[in-house]
Amino acid sequence: MRPLLLLLLIGLLSACAEDDKAPAAMLVTDMQKNLQLQFMNAEPGDIINIPAGLFEMTRSLSLKVDGVTVRGAGMDKTILSFKHQVSGAEGMLVTANDFLIEDLAIEDAKGDALKINEGKNIIIRRVRTEWTNGPATENGAYGIYPVQTENVLIEGVVAIGASDAGIYVGQSRQVIVRNSRAEFNVAGIEIENTLDADVYNNVAINNTGGVLVFNMPNLSQEGRRTRIFNNRIEDNNTPNFALPGGAVAGVPAGSGISINSNDEIEIFDNDLRNNQTAHIVISSVYSTNYSERDTASAFDPYPEKINIHDNRYSGGGDNPDTEYLPQLKAAVFGADGAFPNVIWDGFINTQLAPDGVLPAELQICIYNEASSAVFNVDAPNQFANPRLDELQHQCQHAPLPAIELVFVPAASQSGQGE
Amino acid sequence: MLKRLRSGLLAAMLLCVGCAPGGVVVHETAPAALSAWGLMTSDGQQLQLGAGVTPYQLNATLFTDYAHKLRTVSLPPGTQATVMPDGRLDFPLGTVISKTFFYPRVSGALVQVVDAESVLDASLGRNGGLDLTQVQLIETRLLVRRSSGWVGLPYVWNATQTEASLEVTGDIKSLTLVHQETATATDFPYIVPDQNQCAGCHNTDTASRQMNPIGPRLANLNRSLTGKVPDLNQLDYWQQLGILQLDGTVADQPRLVAWQDATQNLNDRARSYLDSNCGHCHSSTGAGDTSGLYLDIGTNNPVRLGECKLPIAAGQGTGGHRFSIVPGDPEHSILVFRMQTRDPGAMMPELGRSLVHAEGVDLISAWIAALPGHCS
Repeated sequence: MRPLLLLLLIGLLSACAEDDKAPAAMLVTDMQKNLQLQFMNAEPGDIINIPAGLFEMTRSLSLKVDGVTVRGAGMDKTILSFKHQVSGAEGMLVTANDFLIEDLAIEDAKGDALKINEGKNIIIRRVRTEWTNGPATENGAYGIYPVQTENVLIEGVVAIGASDAGIYVGQSRQVIVRNSRAEFNVAGIEIENTLDADVYNNVAINNTGGVLVFNMPNLSQEGRRTRIFNNRIEDNNTPNFALPGGAVAGVPAGSGISINSNDEIEIFDNDLRNNQTAHIVISSVYSTNYSERDTASAFDPYPEKINIHDNRYSGGGDNPDTEYLPQLKAAVFGADGAFPNVIWDGFINTQLAPDGVLPAELQICIYNEASSAVFNVDAPNQFANPRLDELQHQCQHAPLPAIELVFVPAASQSGQGE
Repeated sequence: MLKRLRSGLLAAMLLCVGCAPGGVVVHETAPAALSAWGLMTSDGQQLQLGAGVTPYQLNATLFTDYAHKLRTVSLPPGTQATVMPDGRLDFPLGTVISKTFFYPRVSGALVQVVDAESVLDASLGRNGGLDLTQVQLIETRLLVRRSSGWVGLPYVWNATQTEASLEVTGDIKSLTLVHQETATATDFPYIVPDQNQCAGCHNTDTASRQMNPIGPRLANLNRSLTGKVPDLNQLDYWQQLGILQLDGTVADQPRLVAWQDATQNLNDRARSYLDSNCGHCHSSTGAGDTSGLYLDIGTNNPVRLGECKLPIAAGQGTGGHRFSIVPGDPEHSILVFRMQTRDPGAMMPELGRSLVHAEGVDLISAWIAALPGHCS
């Protein structure tokens, strides 16, 4: 503890020099107040450095000032621990534009770890969010959690143990999630109701579901156009430990990539291994938690224009989760058999499919892979006719454009979006 | 003790009719001591409001761990608040709104009072202030209208109740509350919000990032003043004081019901409670719009209000339930669960309480139980 305490003191003294309004005696014993004061007194362009050390926080930290950088000494060196938090629904709450946070960890938040609610030009880099007791239902919901944001770069982060999603981007626009690692969360990486996202060069391993792209009804926008490529998505077989009720509580353990009610998804060049329900699961909100009243609005519940190509698969599909999938697998593929790489609940907008089959421009298309087969479980007809369809999926959609992010210098510092 | 609080109300209001404006000092930089504002003074025995400081009452109040609240407003001399189209008041520059949180105190113990009317009554105080031998002051929060917008300032009272000091990073006080009827003692951390957290509720329009007063809206101020004889409407009173410019008569104005008032319609009471406790965030413009759940008084779409609505990003907050509200079934409604839990990661509101508001839970449960329909 001695070296740590010394570091703490050094860090605090340097902070005091900049803020003569705060009495030093108070700050030495209270990093909570010190940090919150710096957050409140910050001005655009300020860099708030947090020294190495393990800092116990008892209440949420919040930042409202645009153009601020929060920088630690490394995701394993600067640790904000909320294990003894008594107040606040998140570890850190940011409602500001041009925000950069890097090189620190947020551990054991009671609710969400890092929430950014409404902001443009957000960079989250080399941040670790973790619940240190491993996967548990009582863990907080989200690790990295930008919502209603625009122009967002998440890179090099590590998210572990979230009882909902490790990295969750909700109701946002223009997003990149890359070079990150999500492990032992219910959902590793989840893109929800978001327009134009690229998810690449990530590792999603040992989650319940590796990478999710969902749309939920009755929100500010419906999402579309997400690319998932060059990711390593494997062994996402951790039993679902989400509290029932939330959208991810219905995700079968062993889901590599899960698409729910979202459109225009391109999945390519990924390495998918040993995801025991299926490498790619495509479904409608009708297969998860829903009510007819909730979806009665203009919401589009059907996943359409899914483009799957050039992925590499091994293992998987051999030990599906949920009540009905094991039976279906055994009945159709045998006790020792396995689902194909892609399974689908089979819900389609019948108004757009006069002969019961969607036209090619709306299809799940699979090309440049060993097979274009999709296992349709026929959920709309209570699994009456589960079947392997191939011909209708031998198609391809035009590739989606790459996301390009542009940051103003104040927020970018280094290594801004490609 | 409560009777004494009540009986002092008449004197309080009459006293303030004669108050001369001009006692309040509007600081551009927040002073460390609350007394510097001229809003109130205390000798440790009696809290007295300053000249030009008007206590006010609301129909529908926000729950804060059973704390009682003395609310005041002071406008610069000669200025008036006007009514905006949405029913909020546009207060002039230099307006200071204060809210002093306190608990009734008996033999040194803080008391949880369950009589709903007395909560309202006591919030007005005695002689325009409070008898500090009967209550314990905790904090005073200010909202100050500056040219740059509203600013929130949290002041925390000292143990002798003689002064409150600015604590921009808030405070946590370990309190014990003794139930008035059952004598059950409950320990809890009373959370004084930090300055940023003021915006957590008062930033009612996240796009503008501006803070706004929440309580003193036209419909919430539209009520008779407790202790006034004969029945005097608060809006009339404010007009008499010259601090409110109103178009039309008071009778034409919207009015929120007091959610405590069991003689009122259950739906109106529940909607009033949800509006004042949830609607500042859960509206189409508030921070809670990420959930798609709107609980403000202006929302009428049942699904928007939570009926059979899927939770969004609720995490622990679902309590294992599928829908925000299941008509007829409060026990399986997320809304009730989030009001009943004390877990910071699951409870609603996210800020401002550590205890469960049993009376609020009862009201919302009764309302949901009476809703027709089902979610299947």
